[in-house]
Amino acid sequence: MLSPGTHVRVRFDWPETRGPCHIRTPHFIRGAEGVVERHLGRFPNAEDLAFARPAALLDLYHVRFDQPAIWGEGRAGDALVIELAETWLEPT
Amino acid sequence: MNILQTASHRLLAAIANLLAEKGIASAQEVAHRIALTDAASPAQGARMVARAWLDPDYRALMLSDGTKAAEAEGIPMRGLPPLGVLEDTADVHHLVVCTLCSCYPRAVLGYPPFWFKSAAYRARAVRDPRGLLAEWGTVIPDTMRLRVVDSTADYRWMVLPQRPARTDGWDADRLAAIVREGDMIGVTFPAG
Repeated sequence: MLSPGTHVRVRFDWPETRGPCHIRTPHFIRGAEGVVERHLGRFPNAEDLAFARPAALLDLYHVRFDQPAIWGEGRAGDALVIELAETWLEPT
Repeated sequence: MNILQTASHRLLAAIANLLAEKGIASAQEVAHRIALTDAASPAQGARMVARAWLDPDYRALMLSDGTKAAEAEGIPMRGLPPLGVLEDTADVHHLVVCTLCSCYPRAVLGYPPFWFKSAAYRARAVRDPRGLLAEWGTVIPDTMRLRVVDSTADYRWMVLPQRPARTDGWDADRLAAIVREGDMIGVTFPAG
């Protein structure tokens, strides 16, 4: 499990280009670097649930991103906080 | 038969029958859930906020386990997504959005306002949140950090706003009466 403060990168991956899928990771955050704020629990993988497939439990994290860094505009210090499953996160 | 051209009430009846036949959900269970959903309203969330402003123990419970805090106010949470509560302070303001669809803390706030699902709100809340809020008259001071919480997955999020000045000595009912829907997702501040 990732502990609070861990620096992570969201996988730069586009499963929608490979066929039908259901994804809970927004486009705008893929490839971005953020910091784990806290572990939110373990939840069945929504990408499988959507197709009624057996869904493994995945660790879900609240991850904080620097908002101006994502868009190239905005006020320093503002943040985006997003729920992301462990399968989308890699250590930096 | 083209499913896209079938009358929606026939599709609904077919799905309801299938759910019942397969033992997934009976007509009574579906009706019960619809009744709970229709009964939910921002007044429920406002009661929680007012109680948290008055009772430090309840505030601590609300911040650590929103689902338990809602249940302690008699709000049915069984079978619903966990509720997370975001604490506003003098230094931090929270705004809730669901950029992927329309996730909303319905159990405690009821149906979302119509614009919550709009592409414009969803896009601007993450890209230009201060500009968006200013159009509501909600000006976030430069000294305050803004945290935009995107409900992408399994939680539903509500905001515990700051208690307005000039409400000293108010009881729970009077406090709850000033807490609006928008205050609990961060698009407005309680008026006081």
